[in-house]
Amino acid sequence: MSPRPHSTDRHKPRDRRKPRDPRQSRPSTARAIARLYPWARPALPRIVLGAVAALTGAVVALLIPQVLRSLVDGGLSDGDPAAIWPAVGLVTALGVLEAGMVALRRWFVLVPGTRVEAAMRQDFYAKLQDLPVSFHDRWPSGQLLSRVVSDLNLIRRWLSFGVVLLVVNTVTILIGMLLLWQLSWQLAVLFLICSVPLWVYGYRFENKYSAVARRSQDQAGDLATTVEESVHGIRVLKAFGRGHHALERFSQQAEELRTTEMEKARAIAGIWLWLLLVPDVTFALSLFGGVLLAVAGEVSVGALVAFFATATVLRWPVESIGFLLSMTFDTRTAVDRFFEVMDERNTIVDPVAPSTVARPQGRLTFEDVHFRYHDAPAGQRDLLDGIDLDIRPGETIALVGLTGSGKSTVTALTTRLYDVTGGRILLDGIDIRDLTREELRSHIAMAFEDATLFSASVRDNVLLGNPDADDDALREALEIAQAGFVYELPEGVDTMVGEEGLSLSGGQRQRLALARAVAAKPSVLVLDDPLSALDVDTEALVEQALRQVLASTTAVIVAHRPSTVMLADRVALLEHGRVTAVGTHSELLAGNDHYRFVLSSLEHETRPEREEAPA
Amino acid sequence: MSVIGVEGEDREHLSKEERRHLRRRSFALLRSLLHPVRGTVALTAAVVVISSAAQVAGPALIAYGIDAGLPALLRNDWLPLGLAVGAYIATGVLGAVLIAWYTVLTARVSQAILIDLRRRIFLHTQKLSLEFHENYTSGRIIARQTSDLDAIKELLNSGLNQLVQGGLYMLFVGVAMFIVDWVSGLVLLASIVPLAVLTRWFQLKSERLFRRTRVASARLIVQFVETMTGIRAVKAFRKERRNDDEFAEQVEEYRSANAKVIGAFGTYEPGLILIGNLALAAVLLIGGFRVVDGSLAIGVLLAALLYTRNFYAPAEDMAMFYNSYQSASAALEKISGVLEELPGVPDPADPEPLGHPAGHLEFDSVTFAYTPARVVLPQFSLDIPAGQTIALVGTTGAGKSTLAKLISRFYDPSEGAVRLDGVDLRRLKPDDLRRAIVMVTQEAYLFSGSVADNIALGKPGASMEEITDAAKAVGAHDFIVALPDGYDTDVNKRGGRVSSGQRQLLSFARAFLADPAVLILDEATASLDIPSERLVQRGLQTLLADRTAIIIAHRLSTVAIADRVLVMEHGRIVEDGAPDDLIAGDGRFARLHSAWRDSLV
Repeated sequence: MSPRPHSTDRHKPRDRRKPRDPRQSRPSTARAIARLYPWARPALPRIVLGAVAALTGAVVALLIPQVLRSLVDGGLSDGDPAAIWPAVGLVTALGVLEAGMVALRRWFVLVPGTRVEAAMRQDFYAKLQDLPVSFHDRWPSGQLLSRVVSDLNLIRRWLSFGVVLLVVNTVTILIGMLLLWQLSWQLAVLFLICSVPLWVYGYRFENKYSAVARRSQDQAGDLATTVEESVHGIRVLKAFGRGHHALERFSQQAEELRTTEMEKARAIAGIWLWLLLVPDVTFALSLFGGVLLAVAGEVSVGALVAFFATATVLRWPVESIGFLLSMTFDTRTAVDRFFEVMDERNTIVDPVAPSTVARPQGRLTFEDVHFRYHDAPAGQRDLLDGIDLDIRPGETIALVGLTGSGKSTVTALTTRLYDVTGGRILLDGIDIRDLTREELRSHIAMAFEDATLFSASVRDNVLLGNPDADDDALREALEIAQAGFVYELPEGVDTMVGEEGLSLSGGQRQRLALARAVAAKPSVLVLDDPLSALDVDTEALVEQALRQVLASTTAVIVAHRPSTVMLADRVALLEHGRVTAVGTHSELLAGNDHYRFVLSSLEHETRPEREEAPA
Repeated sequence: MSVIGVEGEDREHLSKEERRHLRRRSFALLRSLLHPVRGTVALTAAVVVISSAAQVAGPALIAYGIDAGLPALLRNDWLPLGLAVGAYIATGVLGAVLIAWYTVLTARVSQAILIDLRRRIFLHTQKLSLEFHENYTSGRIIARQTSDLDAIKELLNSGLNQLVQGGLYMLFVGVAMFIVDWVSGLVLLASIVPLAVLTRWFQLKSERLFRRTRVASARLIVQFVETMTGIRAVKAFRKERRNDDEFAEQVEEYRSANAKVIGAFGTYEPGLILIGNLALAAVLLIGGFRVVDGSLAIGVLLAALLYTRNFYAPAEDMAMFYNSYQSASAALEKISGVLEELPGVPDPADPEPLGHPAGHLEFDSVTFAYTPARVVLPQFSLDIPAGQTIALVGTTGAGKSTLAKLISRFYDPSEGAVRLDGVDLRRLKPDDLRRAIVMVTQEAYLFSGSVADNIALGKPGASMEEITDAAKAVGAHDFIVALPDGYDTDVNKRGGRVSSGQRQLLSFARAFLADPAVLILDEATASLDIPSERLVQRGLQTLLADRTAIIIAHRLSTVAIADRVLVMEHGRIVEDGAPDDLIAGDGRFARLHSAWRDSLV
């Protein structure tokens, strides 16, 4: 294999169905965009009013040439200066009216458009927060980001601008044609015939353009993902001096995007060519025909003047059709991308008729629990292959096993970050799937090994699971986690940390994450290797303090070290997704070879080992 | 307040001086972006000039057709009409073809500029110090490279098009108007005054508003990215609803900022139309009287009217340009700010070559402080001979990681020098430095791509065999082959599924493959289980045999393979010696070591 760092397919989201061939059984653009209806509905009346205003403005603009016609045929040919003033007055009035109508259109559609965008953005965010962790494992957040920012922006502009103009300009062209007809039916027919190539080309344009548009938006999302990784992985890139290497990959993706964008530009240039060429040729032919007709006395000079003035007014609507169409197809792609996420079915949902744990005792029972990722290859064993474990109220149990034996997965199942694929987990005798997620997660609090802090004060971060707690509870939790260092921060517990605040060391973050779990005062505490980043002294202090909490709280602790195991009443040994032994630390140490292998420290390395079993 | 670099980018109100500085900075950036493509830009300009001129001929030809062609035809002379129609078609075809060409040319220019800018920001942010990244936050850096670039793309794609095409068109129409009928030309010229006033008003108003939308959108992006990357904690602690509220607030702030911008535009656009229509009425008024008294042909009046209408038609596009220009210039301002930031650890101007590094490290009277008031490492000197394995021990916050970051040149010392084989690190080419010194930290970040790709990051171009050898050496091979696609398994697909211990093994393999003269391990084994750690330790013994190593670990098991132990406290090295000697003594290390031994049982 040639080493292509970060190779593989470039079309994310990786698990998603392959992007469909646009020509194959693809719903029409109108139907695809119509799915916006639920969000657009509140804005529709004003959008319609806006369209009416715009249309009025367009009609007013078309009336100006009519005034010119009567002036040219009347006052000007008669040499009557008195006819000029009323005509100019009328033109002025119509001109003011047109401007007023444009202002009105803007006023109508301005606010609703932004509201639709805001509502969609919030719903998208809420949906993403609701979707299970397995969804987020699959979708790079760059792809989500490009949807929530660029795609929704595009949809808003189309709703408050594109669709209105598309409709209004089309109607304007039709009305203009009628006026042309009334000026001279011969010339109007000429106009109509000449416009045929435009319609044909416009139709073909859709097919050509939308495929490219889709590719461009996906590639932009990929690029965003690479940007994100380069920023989040900055330490690794720096440590290995791979900035240039990352740049190469980034450049390659940017080049691909450029190629697509150029293809898009060529498609747009194509439609531009027609949109400019056709009216110009039409004008020339009309000039020829118009003069002939005038000579034959079929049309008046005034009508000829009005004809060209009208056709000039129509020019912009005709030319605008090009970019309005491409905008519409871009929007269609954006809508598709939006619904790709919104249509995602949430597999971890609240029950229809939720039960409730009236008086939580904290008994956690695993009954023949199985778990496998839905995309795991058939024939592969379940990651968790029948876990049976009964944790009594107040008991602390340590999960011990090799890397990859399934310890972290067990912890993730307890709060339904993932759902079991077989068997069940009971909290105080109730299947956790019968509880609402809200309730379940208020009974069980977790501390993750990679401690995530949010952009908020230390206080808000620690009291995340228990926002109503008072300062005493905060102090207590910080004390247990040995996180007293926060009082020395510039603003104490009100110091902002996380993305937008002070950055803390791994050990400090881990202690805050532990404090957070403790402060939630749950009936079950789930700690995933909570002390890994602490030095020996601090670890000993935390353990000592933690014992008080654990005395009365049910706890599941993933442990790698004997010192952490010592916190537990019992130890469950995990091997290949099964609990192979349960007992106290000393029992297992005395009677279980694998346990000794997993937990024996380096001190014992000199001893011959019978098992060097691979994981 | 200063506006150098990214300072003050969140402020809505800026002094005149500051605004001027920002504008100058943005323009300098723009100029440097245009420079490489100036050839294409010149060609594009030529094309657009000719095409606009061609387009402008239309109304004059119509006038000629009516005023000269019509009477001539009555005399059975087809020539003038034929000329008018032929010229019309010729100019029309020429104009259309040139505009299509122009569209492709501008796309080429704008894409070239965009890719240049993208690469510049990307490379520059990679160069900026960790300190900058930590303060500026990843969300904002991402916003600079995504939504801000979108704004510039918008400007280049359509906005600039509209400006150049529209502006030239207006110019040519104006000129044509003077040629056809100078009196009407004066009317048109007079109407430019209110146009300029209106445009200036819009410019001033929207500049501030646009800055506000950029700030609002950056906040929104930060919140969004933070939620998505921390989704597990969000769910586990039921932060969803509170997040919804916070996000709703940010969305509303962005919405209202955006609405204000569109609102300002909503005054500007109708204003333009009004001015245009009034000009039209004025041309009609003055021209009408002149037609009546016979000093003006009807065809010419028609041409003047068409020109007036045409003159204002692109004005709307120009306003659209202003729209995208404002939003892009706000974005450019921020981007140029990031680019203005100097890397905290600059590359040397004339680097010293580094042949085969032996790995001799030397701290010569080094002090490190974030600010003069916050001294992290008071002055110290330290000599680490090539090939020595050092265990760096001490409580959290004692300064161990800072020391490590000085060696890997994530930071430069405030005073004194750190040398590798006698060469100041600041005099080394970044590539040489990174080849010689590699640091593995606790957070083992995986990039999207396969497992093999992630290991190969240590040595681009490594063969599959080298990759598997590295994985075997650190004991990662077994779990990798157990993955669904072995070394080709996509880590993103398995995103949360490679456990943190496994991630650390992968980052070890990465370091192993990099094969540096100096290896720094900062808590790199914290998440490993004991058997894995044991395997790694065993691998380390061979790995470290002929290189310098600095190992920071809370678990003192490392000491077994160290030649020398340094104990740090409050930024100072308080003990220094061979492990056995220190354990035998009664210092801090002896105490730490016995505490650690106790923790093992």
